[in-house]
Amino acid sequence: MPMPFDLDQRIEDRIEEVGSFAKHIIDDLIRMVIFTGELSRIVWESITHPRRVRRRETLYYMDMCGTDAVPIVVMICLLMGIILGFQGAMQLQKYGGDIFIADFVSLVIIKEMGPLMVAMICTGRAGSAFAAEIGTMKVGEEIDALRTMGLNPVRFLVMPKLMAMLLVMPLLTVFGDIVGIFGGMIIAVIKLNLPIVVYYNRAMGAITPLAFMLGLFKSFVFAFIITVIGCRRGFSAGNDAMGVGRAATSTVVSSIFWIVIADFVLTFFYSMIGE
Amino acid sequence: MSTTDDVPIIDVRNLIVGYGDNVVLKNVSFVVDKGGIFAVLGGSGCGKSTLLKHLIGLYRPFSGDVLIRGKSIVRSAQSDKDAMMRSFGVTYQNGALFGALTLLENVLLPLEEFSSLHHEERVLKAKEKLRLVELDGFESYYPAELSGGMRKRAGLARAMALEPDLLFFDEPSAGLDPITSAELDKLILRLKKDTGATFVIVTHELDSIFAIADRCIMLDKQTRGIVADGNPRELLEKSDNPWVKSFLSRNNLRYCN
Ligand SMILES: Nc1ncnc2c1ncn2[C@@H]1O[C@H](COP(=O)(O)OP(=O)(O)O)[C@@H](O)[C@H]1O
Ligand SMILES: [Mg+2]
Repeated sequence: MPMPFDLDQRIEDRIEEVGSFAKHIIDDLIRMVIFTGELSRIVWESITHPRRVRRRETLYYMDMCGTDAVPIVVMICLLMGIILGFQGAMQLQKYGGDIFIADFVSLVIIKEMGPLMVAMICTGRAGSAFAAEIGTMKVGEEIDALRTMGLNPVRFLVMPKLMAMLLVMPLLTVFGDIVGIFGGMIIAVIKLNLPIVVYYNRAMGAITPLAFMLGLFKSFVFAFIITVIGCRRGFSAGNDAMGVGRAATSTVVSSIFWIVIADFVLTFFYSMIGE
Repeated sequence: MSTTDDVPIIDVRNLIVGYGDNVVLKNVSFVVDKGGIFAVLGGSGCGKSTLLKHLIGLYRPFSGDVLIRGKSIVRSAQSDKDAMMRSFGVTYQNGALFGALTLLENVLLPLEEFSSLHHEERVLKAKEKLRLVELDGFESYYPAELSGGMRKRAGLARAMALEPDLLFFDEPSAGLDPITSAELDKLILRLKKDTGATFVIVTHELDSIFAIADRCIMLDKQTRGIVADGNPRELLEKSDNPWVKSFLSRNNLRYCN
């Protein structure tokens, strides 16, 4: 007769759970790599035959992922700048280093928070929408229809989204950077009585062109991750409405996971080159 | 039906198909000759759509082969397969129109991608196809704004855009009322006469079969194969399989579910 609380069994179960979770992540990674391989072929094809990318769809997604996201990006990044301003002001005041608030806010925003916040927003807005759109198309046999028309679904559905995201996310990040630094300035002026000119000059002095470019490169990588995960989840969605919902949800979760991993790796490499 | 060209347009050889470990159909063999309307009949869940998707090369069968005009679509390289796919048209169960595009843009899509015509000529051609399926005046509508029957007709127009001589149609009458369904049957008959194309139609609707099919095969869920092959009227009169007779005389429509 099995004991109601078999400790060994429960420990075994937990270990199994951890194992299957790890396996799940590795499987996911392998499938993503395969999909990325297919995508790279199409990207190469698009570079050599630029006219094959559907321009109208690209513009549509630039609008959807870019223009429509500007208000929320401005809002969140402004608040993020203000939050960083508060946190920084409290610490720096202790050591009389008030003036360094400009360096602190602008560098954290440019190198980390700008790209990251924009990526989170785009995951929620664009990534999940990509998964839902492609999943719905799969349920409606539209993917099958594309294939029987001899059109490659990856080229047709993923390329416009990828192009749009690669163009638009760095732009949104520039916006986010600017308002974020502005948010920090509000606190510097109100809480630390720093003159605007002083804050501005310090901030401009702290931001090197390289730091700025490396921040943008992060958002470039995040754009790729969000699009690849969203689209791949859409293609592998279950053949019903519930499957589409699940695809959208899991897109957000795994995008955030891989964005943070990528951010860690990039930050690590940046620190090695002294940025 | 005799043709001058002795290669059949579709030749299915010992096809075994399914999903994962689940075999849906086994040892399916049949030949479709050029011209006429060929129907695949059977209750829902028999594997009609599954068979269709293997005929058009979307899925890979467990074993067996499908030859389109004498050439294997199963064993072709992707680029050949794409070319073969472009040589026929497929209309899906619910039209499978692209929701982000208007009706005209939907029909234009294959023309934009694969024809060397000028833009104006393409538009003319797309409009002509929409007129053929009696959807003129709806060019700028989006699929979501149309009824089920209209979507299927628009799907048919898109399938015909590149003027294929082989057309597949999954469940023309499913989800339609009897009158709309009868109209769609008439449209298919007219298109067959006007274009001379071969139609392969998947359906569980008996009225349709008797109205339009020159030949049909009947699939059965129990045996997972073909239980009857021939002209539907002749089958009804002459078949010695009691199940086929009762299906065709609709005594036992729910048998397959
Ligand atoms: N994508 C799929 N994955 C797994 N099983 C499927 C899939 N599509 C259909 N099936 C199964 O195959 C069988 C035949 O389905 P289908 O070909 O759609 O039937 P029909 O078109 O005759 O109604 C059904 O039992 C169905 O559950
Ligand atoms: Mg079906």
